[in-house]
Amino acid sequence: MEPVARSESGLPIKPLYDGWDLAEFDADARLGAPGRYPFTRGVYPTMYTGRPWTMRQYAGFGTAKESNERYHELVNAGTGGLSVAFDLPTQMGHDSDEAVAQGEVGKVGVAIDSLDDMRTLFQGLPLDKVSTSMTINAPASTLLLMYQLVAAEQGVSGSRLTGTIQNDVLKEYIARGTYIFPPKQSLRLISDIFAYCHRELPRWNTISISGYHMAEAGATPVQEIAFTLANAKEYVRTAIAAGLDVDDFAPRLSFFFVARTTLLEEVAKFRAARRMWARIMRDEFGAKNPKSQMLRFHTQTAGVQLTAQQPEVNLVRVALQGLGAVLGGTQSLHTNSYDEAIALPTQKAARLALRTQQVIAYETDVTRTVDPFAGSYVVESMTDDIEAAAMELIQAVEDRGGAVAAIEQGFQKSEIERSAYRVALEIDHQERTVVGVNKYALDEEEPYEPLRVDPRIEAEQCERLALLRKERDGDAVERALDDLRTAARGSDNVLFPMREALRHRATGGEVAHALRDVWGAHVPVDTF
Amino acid sequence: MNSPHQKLPGPGGAIAPRARVVIAKPGLDGHDRGAKVIARALRDAGYEVIYTGLHQTPEQIVATVIAEDAPLLGLSVLSGAHLSIVERVLALLERQDAADTKLLVGGIIPDADVRALEAMGVDAVFTPGAGIAGIVETVHRLTTHLNDALEPAC
Repeated sequence: MEPVARSESGLPIKPLYDGWDLAEFDADARLGAPGRYPFTRGVYPTMYTGRPWTMRQYAGFGTAKESNERYHELVNAGTGGLSVAFDLPTQMGHDSDEAVAQGEVGKVGVAIDSLDDMRTLFQGLPLDKVSTSMTINAPASTLLLMYQLVAAEQGVSGSRLTGTIQNDVLKEYIARGTYIFPPKQSLRLISDIFAYCHRELPRWNTISISGYHMAEAGATPVQEIAFTLANAKEYVRTAIAAGLDVDDFAPRLSFFFVARTTLLEEVAKFRAARRMWARIMRDEFGAKNPKSQMLRFHTQTAGVQLTAQQPEVNLVRVALQGLGAVLGGTQSLHTNSYDEAIALPTQKAARLALRTQQVIAYETDVTRTVDPFAGSYVVESMTDDIEAAAMELIQAVEDRGGAVAAIEQGFQKSEIERSAYRVALEIDHQERTVVGVNKYALDEEEPYEPLRVDPRIEAEQCERLALLRKERDGDAVERALDDLRTAARGSDNVLFPMREALRHRATGGEVAHALRDVWGAHVPVDTF
Repeated sequence: MNSPHQKLPGPGGAIAPRARVVIAKPGLDGHDRGAKVIARALRDAGYEVIYTGLHQTPEQIVATVIAEDAPLLGLSVLSGAHLSIVERVLALLERQDAADTKLLVGGIIPDADVRALEAMGVDAVFTPGAGIAGIVETVHRLTTHLNDALEPAC
């Protein structure tokens, strides 16, 4: 008998699908119309026939000034939304002049220590016109408030601001590791953000519940959507328990997934995820507003599939990955640069990545009709298979007491690490082909000159901090940080005193440390 | 976690305990897929693997190496902070009279930095695409003579 092919999720893929596979298929119930429950075919009726997805390239490095220049270039080159990468000290709630920040300042993103840096970052960019996505989690509230304060200085009110904060701390405990506070306190901060934004920033996407980082850590497509939706359920439960009405915050929830080179399974994954979320929100949480049931998502192409060997081949991988995201109905897309397995992208590589999306959008015909794969024997079958497997895995999380309890038991992390190890062994044993690495390799690679971050940035950033600490009203900062600690100890929304502290030029590190004083820091149990 | 006394056939068919190795994640970078895969692979190859967990300072890592008396340390860095971190780790090892600790570095590391790291005294550097078998083989090569050295001369 022929060996059965397996998808990335380990589900069987048959050599042939035909009408028998969809004999029981109820298209009305399983698909519905585009823009209608259960949103399998997409969240909008016209999808890309009206306008393409938002081309949103994640960028930011070095100082706020350099990143600002890159944003102006991206806007001029036709990108539709900004996406800010922060350096690790900023992501972990440390200032650039702390010992733990040494060697990390400005490396993987821009260093933002205070309102001063944030003002420089968005200098000359019309915040009422651009939408801004910020990849920031544990200190998301701090960066969001700085953004709001800068916009206010430009005369743009909170009600006109659009964008997204990632703000998804649960996945940080499972993958990527940029957490600060323990899970319970993190969830409280997140529901404070939901409540604050409902009042102050009604058009802001308050969270981007992310499978991407779990996928990069090794999660299969089924694990990716199951663990993401299980985390999403935990956020929804937390907000409801804090007294919010589901339809007041759920329309602002958004999602973030990966796109792999395995195009058919990825398209099925996106469609399955939409159908699952719609049902969960309607049936489990009683959401009435269709917007609460819509799974809107951003996609980034799979960085982990890029190779340092023959890096130009990555352009081809990214094109296929991006195509999968579009065929799956993404709302926005980041295509990776081909040199990212070597270093931070050069300007030319970043431009080519954007051009890849533009070719998909404007030269192919995949945008001319909605959900082109609907009714495909194989894709509908795979969509059903992924949905069934993912629902089962969500149930396994719920059986452990929900996402937080499962995280504390190390469940998701160990499942993902098992998948990662399996893939590594398959590559080593030549059971999985990686072009240019374990097959079709070159004897000698061509030299490649990567982008370098200026090492002086760290010293300059520290000088700016020293100046800020001298110039500002220190007593006002201390009083504001005390108010923040008081709110953190009680149940008042912490974002209001936090905004006052930042207005008085408290640093991101000082705000995070004030909260650490009250909430403590997360210490993981890490084994392998 | 893993069994420290597991014995596998060593070179030449001799039964020798495999070395104790420390796999560490220095700095603020939380991407631990590579570190975990290597830790598992080395454990499966019979090594006693101590994994430090995330967000370790150079001081904490070197303290672990000393406390565990490990002859080999593997650092995984994907944040671009590798030069600064390795420099500090090497200086601390030197200060603690542990300069003979074998040091491997894995991560997203440009060619020029691979050469710089080797010049600083790193024994081997692995970048994306490096196979598990090759890494295990390198660890084996770097720790084998240590096992030999334990044998009394005759």
